[in-house]
Amino acid sequence: MNFSEVFKQSNQLCKVSPDGKYLATCVQYRLVVRDVSTLQILQLYTCLDQISHMDWSSDSLFILCAMYKRGLVQVWSLEQPDWHCKIDEGSIGLVSSRWSPDGRHILNTTEFHLRVTVWSLCTKAVSYIKYPKACSKGIDFSRDGCYMALAERRDCKDYVSVFVCDDWHLLRHFETETQDLAGLEWSPNGCVLAVWDSCLEYKVLLYSLDGRLLSTYSAYEWSLGVKSVTWSPSSQFLAIGSYDEKVRILNHITWKKITQFEHPSTINNTKAVVYKEVERRPVVSDDLSLHNITVGTTLFNTQSKYEICPLPVQIPVVKPDPDRANPKIGISSLAFSADGRYLATKNDNMASVAWVWDMQKMNLVAVLEHTSAVKCFQWDPKHPRLALCTGNAKLYLWSPAGCVSVQVPAEGGFQVQSLSWHCTGDSLILLGKEQLCLCYMETEQEDK
Amino acid sequence: QPTPLISHATMSPSKQNNLLSMYSSLSLSKSSYSVISAFCTEDNIPQCISYINQELASLGLSSTCIEASSPGAAGLNPVPALNATYELLQIHRRTMCSLEELEREQLKKSSTLEHVQMNNSRLKDQLELSIREKSGLHEMERQLQLKIKTLQSCLKTEKDEVQKLQNIIASRASQYSHDAKRKERETAKLKERLSQLLVDRKDKKLAIDVLNCLGRSDGKRSHWKTAKAAASHEGEMYKSLLSDYEASQRSLMLENAELKKVLQQMKKEMIHVLSPRQPSIRGATADDSQEQADSDLEDRAGDSSRGSLDKSCEHAREQLTNSIRQQWRKLRNHMERLDSQASQVQNQLESNKDVISRETHEDEMERMRREVQQCKEFIDAQQQLLQQQLNTSFDDETAALLNDCYTLEEKERLKEEWRLFEEQKRNFERERTNFTEAAIRLGREKKAFEEDRASWLKNQFLNMTPFTDRRRCSSSDGQSALSISKSFLQLAMSQETTHALNRYFQLLPSGRRFKSQVKAKSRLRCGDLSIFSLGEDENSLT
Repeated sequence: MNFSEVFKQSNQLCKVSPDGKYLATCVQYRLVVRDVSTLQILQLYTCLDQISHMDWSSDSLFILCAMYKRGLVQVWSLEQPDWHCKIDEGSIGLVSSRWSPDGRHILNTTEFHLRVTVWSLCTKAVSYIKYPKACSKGIDFSRDGCYMALAERRDCKDYVSVFVCDDWHLLRHFETETQDLAGLEWSPNGCVLAVWDSCLEYKVLLYSLDGRLLSTYSAYEWSLGVKSVTWSPSSQFLAIGSYDEKVRILNHITWKKITQFEHPSTINNTKAVVYKEVERRPVVSDDLSLHNITVGTTLFNTQSKYEICPLPVQIPVVKPDPDRANPKIGISSLAFSADGRYLATKNDNMASVAWVWDMQKMNLVAVLEHTSAVKCFQWDPKHPRLALCTGNAKLYLWSPAGCVSVQVPAEGGFQVQSLSWHCTGDSLILLGKEQLCLCYMETEQEDK
Repeated sequence: QPTPLISHATMSPSKQNNLLSMYSSLSLSKSSYSVISAFCTEDNIPQCISYINQELASLGLSSTCIEASSPGAAGLNPVPALNATYELLQIHRRTMCSLEELEREQLKKSSTLEHVQMNNSRLKDQLELSIREKSGLHEMERQLQLKIKTLQSCLKTEKDEVQKLQNIIASRASQYSHDAKRKERETAKLKERLSQLLVDRKDKKLAIDVLNCLGRSDGKRSHWKTAKAAASHEGEMYKSLLSDYEASQRSLMLENAELKKVLQQMKKEMIHVLSPRQPSIRGATADDSQEQADSDLEDRAGDSSRGSLDKSCEHAREQLTNSIRQQWRKLRNHMERLDSQASQVQNQLESNKDVISRETHEDEMERMRREVQQCKEFIDAQQQLLQQQLNTSFDDETAALLNDCYTLEEKERLKEEWRLFEEQKRNFERERTNFTEAAIRLGREKKAFEEDRASWLKNQFLNMTPFTDRRRCSSSDGQSALSISKSFLQLAMSQETTHALNRYFQLLPSGRRFKSQVKAKSRLRCGDLSIFSLGEDENSLT
């Protein structure tokens, strides 16, 4: 495992191009494009204001930089650095900006979600979509890039519009049986749209591509409901994480629950392996000579490693404040591995623990407990390997063979806030507060 | 003869009839004077007197004793007799008084006893009653306690339910209020922006500024939005949906076929397992029915081409599952019977067998446990090693030391290899210098050889005359040219050039009969000196 040197970035904006060749980062109002393997700067672009959002087009030829405060979007070309494009939303403001799947249209959501403006870079034409819904996930593109589903709200009722991304033709428009639609997501095969209600009502609706309601699922009433939803890569399963600390798995044939995964605070009677991160306090020798202090930055980087705990294990639970909204309890993160074999979950009131479930046997495989709250985890796009970070200077990796914690060798303490895998699974991008670092995986170092 | 009446008079026992008996006896005594006078007659006066004196003495009246008036006379002395009678009467009166008193006492006592007995019985009844009441009350109390318990538990559950609902309501309320506040903030912002826009009045138009338009990503021209396009989109959508459904249906059918196969196999095997043990008619009929079902199945499977496809398949499926269930039940019963038989047999068998099997079982367990322990230790060691490897050099001294120990062997090996490498390098250097020297020398010799050859050839050409006398003087030159032999070359000369030389010498005009063979011995050995020599002896010049 090799670590690159540390580079600057701002706003956690750092993305690898879809073809995996380039790495784009934003530093204040500059856009820096590097080669992924050599990390040499290939291009440098300057935008008009601090960049709030940056994204690659699907063909890796263009990058959009959105500046929400100014209501501007600038598009840069990798092939022709002289080419420029500036989209000004005017006084209507800008709240979010994204590419269409063909990489030739930009969808801007205006302030107050008044409308979605579709700009075409081919024809300079503009189209508007009215009444978009302001919710956590109101727009989703199907994986093959053919269709876009958009949540709308008119007259206190929720609707879903399905557009054909080719020419933005409205294919279907139907009302949904939700009280307050919170999100929608296409299945990976693009045939089913999952729509879920806000947390005040547990309701997950499944619509076919042509707008028919296939099934409704509601596990219970009254208590706070759905917190997170994700599809398995084969579209076989839909995993629903809710505020009652359980994950329910629905199958794609009957849309009924086939199993539920619980996250108890005491683990016993399971075949899973429980890893606990154990810190090793640095040994402070009596002679605090200068040599020792400079040589041993271990004073500030506490060594830690995973230890296997025997059952029964008690997991630290933090009870959320009952008076506050969106309580820190329930399954907030769900992710399937690339082969769909494993599911990783995180329960918010046991924030330092990540759980890994086996989808073939439908049982718990591993529990990883850390010293601080898990900030982010992501599966390797090629192999069954999970990378986690908890806001300290370590990178944690789990695979079925075992798990390991690696210190990120950077001076001045690099605190890993989030991470993302390169599309080939050969390297990881670690993002700190203002820094970024690449980690190259060479050999399989997954011994325990 | 008079004694029965007297005895009756003095020994009247019954309390109630006492007075009566007394009066009766008195009356009897008055009326039956004749009976009492039977005690004393004219004849036995002295005996009577002595008897009466004895009685009086026994009564304690020894002072008065009756005497006869004169000895032998039939009369009595009146004074002692009257005294005696008076005393007897006194005694009698006293006795009567005491008797009365006693009777009075007895009456009293009997009445109190009656009273007490009555009281006793009454109290006993009361006691029984109260005991019964108490038990009844106990029973009631117990039931009430039970009721209290159930009511309390109900109350608790209700309270819990209420608490839970309250919590839900509280969380919903906080969620609602949060959302409402968010919406309010948004509308406030909206109002602000609206007022700002109305005030400003200079609307920044939205615009796009592109250097040049891009081509479409797929390279095609963009089309107009027409109804045909819309229809084609619809068609595309339905196609993709259909293909997805078909794919899922195919996989489901495959799965179904697999499962049916498995079921059929299971059924066959179950029949096979059961049939040899059940030679009875029941088994035979079951098998027959199975075979019937099988043939039915096949018939129906064959029928699928005709109409009512779904029905027949469902029917077949039902039949299959029913037959499987039947067979499974039979198998289960059979297994249960076997189990009971086996346990019986086990009890009858000697214990050796059991012990052996258990022993082997326990041995296996021990072995497996040991293996697991070993694996665990191995894994721990591996983890430790890995962590050590990954840690930077800023480890504890002991860890560094351990690292050193671990790599010491490697270092030694490395040192050895370095040494070998150095040696080989030196050898190669030596060879290289030799080689260069040899090459230089070869170059010089070659040049000399070439010069020699050139001169020899020149001589040959010049001497290619039919005249023989000239030849003799030139052959010596040729010989010297050929005697470049063993002294030098440390290179291998390739076979080709020697062959070339051979050919050249053979090509000379046959008239001269100049024959020589150049034998090149080239031996090439790695690191060794290779020698090229021209066999001098083979040269023959005629």
